[in-house]
Amino acid sequence: MKIIELKETITASNDRDAQELREELLRSGTLLINLMASPGAGKTTLLDRTIRDIGSRYKIGIIEADIDSDVDARALSALGVSAVQAHTDGMCHMDAGMTRTALEELTYDDKDLIFLENVGNLICPAEFDTGAGRNVMILSVPEGDDKPLKYPLMFTKSDVLLITKTDAVSIFDFDFDKCEERVRKLNPDILIFRVCAKNGKGMDAWEEWLEEQAGSWGK
Amino acid sequence: MHEMGIVIHLAKTLDDFAKENHVTKIGSVTLSVGEVSGIVTDLFTDAWRYFSGKHPILEGSELRMEIIPAVTYCDGCQKTYGTVAHGRICPYCGSGETWLVKGNELIIKEISAETDDPAAVTDNK
Repeated sequence: MKIIELKETITASNDRDAQELREELLRSGTLLINLMASPGAGKTTLLDRTIRDIGSRYKIGIIEADIDSDVDARALSALGVSAVQAHTDGMCHMDAGMTRTALEELTYDDKDLIFLENVGNLICPAEFDTGAGRNVMILSVPEGDDKPLKYPLMFTKSDVLLITKTDAVSIFDFDFDKCEERVRKLNPDILIFRVCAKNGKGMDAWEEWLEEQAGSWGK
Repeated sequence: MHEMGIVIHLAKTLDDFAKENHVTKIGSVTLSVGEVSGIVTDLFTDAWRYFSGKHPILEGSELRMEIIPAVTYCDGCQKTYGTVAHGRICPYCGSGETWLVKGNELIIKEISAETDDPAAVTDNK
């Protein structure tokens, strides 16, 4: 037996698959948004509102990743967008291979914009590149402004942070400035939007960014 | 419980490497694992034992893990300290403005392997 040095990250094979998938999506002009958050942060509610607001201008697809059940996929299908349920078979995250399978089931080359609603979890999804063009994470006000300290990797890997349920701030003592300062220390380039999907406050800035990204992806 | 997911990717990364480098059998795998990488080493070893048995090239191989100690840097007093012993608060000045310098790595350091093309492996070194 010979000793062979690798010095490769453990997930190198996934990183390669993800990069390949991203290039294919770029060629077909399909922007895949990987949406990550804790359970109950409001991923489905945010998607629902976003699709109602800007959905008519795009061909949209949705991949719902859950360990089991298709409750979210059915709720979003009611909006008239195509949705598939990707079951992760007990895994706590989506990887590039599972994302490809779901994209093929959905058919992606005829879509402009696809949302991947990742498994509700702030740890594992951050470790696996799905092949998405943009990574967006949600932190809801009830979860607290200290989450960047507890789950730093997720904040480092995201292009956008949506702070949601801003209407609940009077109940939960959430310090927006402190939270944003903590996040920017981890990731100086991150874009932060404060939104409330329920009353619509702040949604326009997020949707404007989304439309900009969808418009320039693969062009 | 993400150890199984990581093991699956580790096995795939090793499979890919084996195919590209004419490796026919892997005898041992040495990982560098950061102390705060989020890996529970016992669970990881269990997952490895289960999963490596399903890959002919990995079957019976030994998994070794070298732990990289976690070190945190303090913005307040510019000192470094052991992350696991003291956590987020600097033991020298009490500041909470501290950042992880190392300790979250997950790297395949080396493998011992049999190959049917010695030249390919020598080139790779």
